[in-house]
This record gives sequence, structure tokens and C-alpha cells, in this order.
Amino acid sequence: MTEVYLDGRYVGDVDNKEDFVEHIKAERRKGGAAEGINVQLDKILDRVNVCASKGRARRPVIVVKNGIPLLTEKHIKQLHKNEISWQDLVNQGIIEYLDAAEEENSLLAFYEQELTPEHTHLEVSPLVMLGLIASLVPYGNFTQSARLSIGSKNQKQSIGVYASNYLVRMDMDVNLLHTPHKPIIKTIIHDLSNYERHPAGQNVVVAVMSYKGYNMEDAILVNKGSIERGFARSSYYRPAIAEELRYSGGLMDQVCPPDKDVKGYKSEKDYRFLEDDGIIYPEAQVKEDDVVIGKTSPPRFLSSLDEYSLASNIRRESSVALKHGEEGAIDFVMLTENEEGNKLVQVRIRDQRIPEIGDKFTSRHGQKGVIGLIVPESDMPFTSRGIIPDIMFSPHGIPSRMTVSQLMELLGAKTGALSGRYVDSTTFNAEPMEKVKQELLSLGFRDDGEEIMYNGITGERLTVRIFIGSMYYLKLRHMVANKIHARARGPIQLLTRQPTEGRAKEGGLRLGEMEKDTFVAHGTSLLLKERFDSDKTIVPICESCGMVVIHDYVKDKRYCPVCGENVDINDIEISYAFKLMLDEFKTLGLYPKLTLENKY
Amino acid sequence: MVHADLKEYIGKLPSSIIQELEETCPASKMKKVAKLVHEEFENSRISPGEAVGLISAESIGEPGTQMTLNTFHFAGVAEMSVTKGLPRIIEILDARKTISTPTMEIYLHAPYNKGKDIREIAMRIKETNMESVAKDFAINVVDLKMETTLDAEKLEKLELNSKKVQKILEKALAKEANVELNGDKLEISLKGKEKDLNQLYKLKEAIKDVYVCGIKGIKQVLPVRRKEDYIIITAGSNLKKVFELDFVDSSRSTSNDIHEIKKILGIEAARQAIIDELLQVVETQGLNVDVRHLMLVADTMCISGDIKGITRYGVVSEKASVLARASFETPIKHLIEASVIGEIDYLNSVVENVMLNQPVPLGTGMVKLVSKK
Repeated sequence: MTEVYLDGRYVGDVDNKEDFVEHIKAERRKGGAAEGINVQLDKILDRVNVCASKGRARRPVIVVKNGIPLLTEKHIKQLHKNEISWQDLVNQGIIEYLDAAEEENSLLAFYEQELTPEHTHLEVSPLVMLGLIASLVPYGNFTQSARLSIGSKNQKQSIGVYASNYLVRMDMDVNLLHTPHKPIIKTIIHDLSNYERHPAGQNVVVAVMSYKGYNMEDAILVNKGSIERGFARSSYYRPAIAEELRYSGGLMDQVCPPDKDVKGYKSEKDYRFLEDDGIIYPEAQVKEDDVVIGKTSPPRFLSSLDEYSLASNIRRESSVALKHGEEGAIDFVMLTENEEGNKLVQVRIRDQRIPEIGDKFTSRHGQKGVIGLIVPESDMPFTSRGIIPDIMFSPHGIPSRMTVSQLMELLGAKTGALSGRYVDSTTFNAEPMEKVKQELLSLGFRDDGEEIMYNGITGERLTVRIFIGSMYYLKLRHMVANKIHARARGPIQLLTRQPTEGRAKEGGLRLGEMEKDTFVAHGTSLLLKERFDSDKTIVPICESCGMVVIHDYVKDKRYCPVCGENVDINDIEISYAFKLMLDEFKTLGLYPKLTLENKY
Repeated sequence: MVHADLKEYIGKLPSSIIQELEETCPASKMKKVAKLVHEEFENSRISPGEAVGLISAESIGEPGTQMTLNTFHFAGVAEMSVTKGLPRIIEILDARKTISTPTMEIYLHAPYNKGKDIREIAMRIKETNMESVAKDFAINVVDLKMETTLDAEKLEKLELNSKKVQKILEKALAKEANVELNGDKLEISLKGKEKDLNQLYKLKEAIKDVYVCGIKGIKQVLPVRRKEDYIIITAGSNLKKVFELDFVDSSRSTSNDIHEIKKILGIEAARQAIIDELLQVVETQGLNVDVRHLMLVADTMCISGDIKGITRYGVVSEKASVLARASFETPIKHLIEASVIGEIDYLNSVVENVMLNQPVPLGTGMVKLVSKK
């Protein structure tokens, strides 16, 4: 007697467990039982587990009987002719889905030639061990496994055509590549996933060489001519959204060009793009602080007392403007209403991004890097056939990372580009490299991909041959334009009078506790003082009680609230944060008396 | 006799350097070499206004971030678990009174240091109680007596016999029970008129813990070979009693309990122990910290004549500045206490001046311009 559990719940006993399990499996393959169930015979606990719940990860495998797979050449031919579908194979019990539990009782073979009578299933392809993105890495079986993960991670950050209906979508914060290519080196997954409908990179000529030291530490060099011809150009879209909100008392926001007497009115120049409806017109070239949607809101606090006073009826300015450092062209204006029926204005701002120093690029093999230098085309090295590379990649990135697949892609794509065809590089099932090399040789090139090159500046022949080929390069969405930040002076916080924090608020770069210690350790005491001068203030102090006195600017008089007017008052320079701390001492009931002393 | 050219440097150079010069430098070049050595020596001294404390803090703190928290153990090797790594460093710097794993390294005089009777000696150092010398404890319910058979072999190893054990027990239980020797057996009966079986059971448990011989506090002993010598490593520490043993080389034996060292050997020994213990941790972690940083830390911890930890109760509480103390931990407590006694902060150190945004009195901020009127 063996207990049977359905989704972990006890349902009964069976006498012959093996027969029972086999029966369920047979019925499932015949279609007698639901396709979605799995059975497991747990020999240790002596129980049968039947699983039918949702949320189990299941994967398809080919059923094997007596060492012979049920899927035959006939089926494959029929599949090619579209006479049968995948679902038909599942219905016929040729392919079945296993879950983690049933896999425990199964013996799977990777390849058909490995099959023995003990095997119960055959993998559809060894490629299924990889995920969708990881199987987009060409020649994946020739690379260190860690690079495969990094390569797939990088591909997820690449800029491409994310959706073919992008023109009519209002997406937040998206990038679009201008002239995407189909990869010359492709895998079967590229075909299956319709990659050519949403490609994410470009085929470029890559030379593995260094150049004036500007591509050390993973940097890459880009040909200026390639950039001018449109290499890796992309658009960055960001939205501006405004809603007409309703407030209590029948008041509401208004999308319109704000009047000059509105509270918080910017300058006339900032509103210059607005049309009569208060919304910007398409294709306006906007820069930071320019208003995109003009909007006014009712006054914030409405108390009954000053309801009739003039000052309180002034509306507030609440327009949507471009933030610090942003620029672009107005791409698309949409007028609609939200769930509550309020007016909703959405404007899409487009910004063209031309590759610049610091933009991030990667191949598909986890070999990411930023542009270190953009080289004028006239200074680029060239081959004896006059080919000028688009990208120069440092050879130092290869030995420690062992990305052999990168080198293979370089060679494979060179062959593909020269003979005008695509090269299959599916992991575990690629075109043999020997064949590719032979083809390259027959095209009149060296089969190792090396070529004689000439120095672009002097015209001299380089003393070594350079490994040069074609490759699929991806632009990643981390661009300096979104990250660059510096500050000399700028906004400060209200409470502490110290600089604000973060790029969006044009903030300062904090010199923290440990950084401070380095200044002290170095003995640069006066430099440290200057670095912390951001919140310095001059404070008048009463010599008699040692506390901050009042400076009446109207009467231009200074007096101590404790000791009166006839006291010595002197100015001292301290950080505003210290003045704040003295105030906090007073709230604690402590008397922080300052005793002044001549500095000199 | 000191070389003539070296005489002027006595007092200017350390005696060890003068001695080395004397031994290694040819007499003809002595004058020139001595001058250069003196110049080098002056240059290598720390200049006034150097932030030595901060540099030490950074030099210990930065490698400290790389320290591995887990220590490694080896299967099948006789070893005692001793706190190592970061926890040990924290323990030393906090100057904990009770450390988690006190240990001693006991060096022995000849001939024992060559391994003679090392096991027997180790056994004699280890704290032994009744439970480990007795074979069994039985209760005679009829006579309301307890009977114990002693393990003769063990007794012999410990240079004891049943008679001695009887004396020890008698002394320990003088108020509660009588102990009589009957052959190999010890018969223990309760004193007093009212005899109770319950009491006897309690006595049985109490007897198990009666101290018989060895050194109190030494829980475990492990004889090992360290280079030329056989030494005894212990779990538990009792410097005073160990030093009293005549076969122990007290000039080399140590403990890792710094407070105990201070009590027995004095503050200078404790200072050296702090340095040695810190250095040991740093070295076993494969880090490279200059000893002089550790020496500075040990100096600050011992400067008051007592060991003060780097905590808000120890070294930090000694700081002269209220603001500096408040900026470390428990600021309100420090401020309120300072205000109660009307403490004055003269702003003589670093932290206070950073808070006020004034130049710190170190390096370029230390010098001042004085003008004549």
C-alpha cells in the first residue's frame, strides 16, 4: 500500500505504485488524463505525488521508448511543411512537459546518440539549458560561463527598436536606435524570436589593437567618420505630463499660458514656445527651464478670513518645464483625459544622442567598455585594402576573460560580410570554424583574420599584423549626457544652508567623514577649512553673555536680547551648522556661552 | 670604548645605532658615515604637527575592512578554538574584562622543555576535580552513606593517593560530612542529627565539583612543540599560580588576558601584550600594518596607568573637549554633564574645530603669525 497525494493532499492508497504511475503517464500521453499533470514516485517516503497546481515550472522533452525517440524524421518533415504543429506533437504524446518532481524519476539524454534503453526522455536541444537572452550570445559554448551571464545582462541594457509601434506610444524614459542592423552572426534563437523585427545593435568593423593608450582599461576607440555616418545614433524620449486636478470648493487647475501676475511667474522667455492653449507646439527646440506645458493652480491655503482680499486670489504657477541640463525637440503632443475625466496633457520630448566620449558600448560577449577617444577618420589605421575600422578594441581584454567566442564572432562575421551571407553561431550547433576559415581563405584573406595595417598618422606600415574583422556591437543605455554632473555654486538647503544633494537638484558632491580624515591626516588644515566653507556665516556675538545677538536691519542696530544695547558685539565666522547646533543646545536647556578671543 | 667620531652623537642617536656603527663601520670612514646616519635619523623622525593618531587609525582601519570574519578550522587536527580575527581585535581594543577564550602559553625549564614528562606536567597543571579521579559515586540507602571508588591509575599520574584525596575532601566538606577511608573506597556520611536522603543526593552533586589538584581556571591543556621547545597551551588562564610552579619558565610564559597581565606583571607588560596580541591577529590575517601604529594604540590605552578601552567609557571619556566627546557616542549625556559643571571647551583639538569650521591645529593650521607692534 502506497499513499497517493494530489497537490500535497492525501487522497488514497494504491497497491501497485509503479503500475499506477505508469498508467497516469500513459493516459496523459494518450490524452485520457489532462496534459497539465505530472506524477512522481517518491521512493524514499514511499508515496506517489500527483501535481496539477499552477505555478510549476515545466519544460518540454521528447519521449523515449526502449532507447528510441518517438519523434521521427517523418514528424520533422511534416513540421517543416506546416502539416502538424507543436501542439499536435504534445497531443500525440511525442513531446511531454516535465516538472521538477517528475524529472526526479526520469533519465534524460542530451543527444540522440547517447540514448540507452534506460533513458526515458531526450532533450529537444542542448540549447534549452540557456535562457532566451543567454542563447543570443553567439558561440556560447566556447566562452567562460560567467561571461555568458554578463553578456546576456549587457544585452538587456542595449538600445534597439523596443517595439515597432513606438511612434504612437507614450513611453517614459526610452531609447531608440536609429539604424539598427540584423546581426551577421546569428543563432537559431534570433530567427525564432523574430530578432530582425526588433534588433538592438549594428555590425561594425573591429580591429583588436591599441591606439595611443586611449583604449586601456576596457575603453574603446571609435572612428569619427563612422559616427558622422550615423553609427550608434539614438533618440532618447522623455515625457512631460500635466493634469488638470480638481480641488475643494470647485476650484481646479488650468492648462493655459500663465498670466504675468500669477504667483511664481518665471520669465517671459521661458514661456515663449507656448501656444494659445498653453501647450508647446511640436518640433520646438527646447532647452533647460523652457516651459513645455503652461499650467496654473488655485492658491494653496484658502482661509475664510482673507477670502475677499486681493492677494489671496492670485493663482499659483505650476507649469511643467525642462529640468536642469535637459534639452531636445518636442516630438508628440497628446490631449486626453484621465480616469476621473480631468484634462490630461502628455508631451513627448525627443533628444538625439550622438555617441560621445564616455558612452557605453558592448559586444555580445560581456566585453563592455566606454568610448575613450573619438579618432578623426584621417588618423585611423587602415588595411592594405583600404578598410578603416569603426572600433578599436584593446587586446588586453581577451586573455584574462577568455572570451574565445568574441574572437570567433570577429572571424565569422568577417567571412559573412565578405561573402554576403549570415553565419550560424548557435551555441552547441554552430557552423564549424574550420569551414568558415576555409571560406575566408578562398576569399583571398588570411584564415586567422589578421591583416597588414598602416599607421593612419604617419602612413608607416605597422610592424605586426592586426586581427581585424566584423562584429555586432550594442550601444548600452548608460550615456554620459544623462549622468554628467559638476557644481561650483548652486542651490542650498533651507535648514542647514548646505548644498543640496543629487544631480537632479544640481547638488554638491559631499566630502564625508572619512574624506575629511584624509585631509586632516595630510595636514592640509586650511584646505579642509575652505572645503567646508559652503555654509559659513558671519554671526554677531554678545561679549557679555556669549550668545547670538539680534541685528535689526531696518534700524541698522544691533542689540543683545539678554544684556541690552550697551554691550560689546563682535562678528565671528562659523559654519551655519554650528549656529544651528547652538540653537539646539538652547532647546535642551543648555547655555552655550561663546568666549571670544582675538584671532591674531 | 666609543669611537672618537661617535662621541658627539651620544644622546643624539639611539644607543643601538651607535653600537651598530661601532661594530660595522670602518674607523676611517666613521665621521662621514655617522654624519649621514644622523641626517637620515633626523629625517625619519615624525615632524611636529603630523596627525599620527589619525594616520594610525586609517592604517589599522583600512586593512581591517579586508579582514575575514570567519576563521578557518582544520578537521582532525588537535586544536583549541581561540577567538581570532576581527572579533579578537574588537575584544582587545575594547579592553574587555572577561575575554571569550583566555589561553596561556606555558614555557618550561630544562629538561622539561625538551619533552620530558610533558604529559604528566600538563596533567598536573590542569584543574582536576573529584568527578575525574573517581570511578563511580554510589549511594548506600540503608546506611545513608555515599561510597566512592577512586581511580588509582589516575591518582598515581597526579602524584596523589586515596589518603590525600580523603584529606582534601574532609577539608572541603568539613561542615557537612565525614569522610572515611575504607580500602580503596571513600565513605562519606552526613554530619548532624537529622539525616536525609535528599541531602545526600545534593552532597553527591557537590562532591563531583570539589577541587582536587592542578591550577584553578585551567580547563584544558595541550602540549605542543613550538620550534625547539615543548610548550603547554591551555584553555583558561591563571598566570599567578602557573608562575609559582618551579618547572615553569616564567620569563617566557604568557597569557592572552591583558587585564590579568596588568595585574600580575604591571602596565608595561600589558602594553606589550596589547601590541603582541594585535600584531598576531594582523599577521595571521595576512595584512600589513606597521607595528608603530599598534604601539600608538597600546600607548593611548595604557597611558593612565590602567588599561582603558577605545570606548566611550575608556579613552574617549578622557578627552578634554566636550564637543569631541559628544561627537563620538551619547552626545546628550556628555553635553548635559558638561553644562552641569560648567565645562569650558578650549577648542584645542581636531573634531571641535571641524565642527566650528575653523582651521584644525595640525599641519598647515598649526602655525600662526605673530607680529611686533
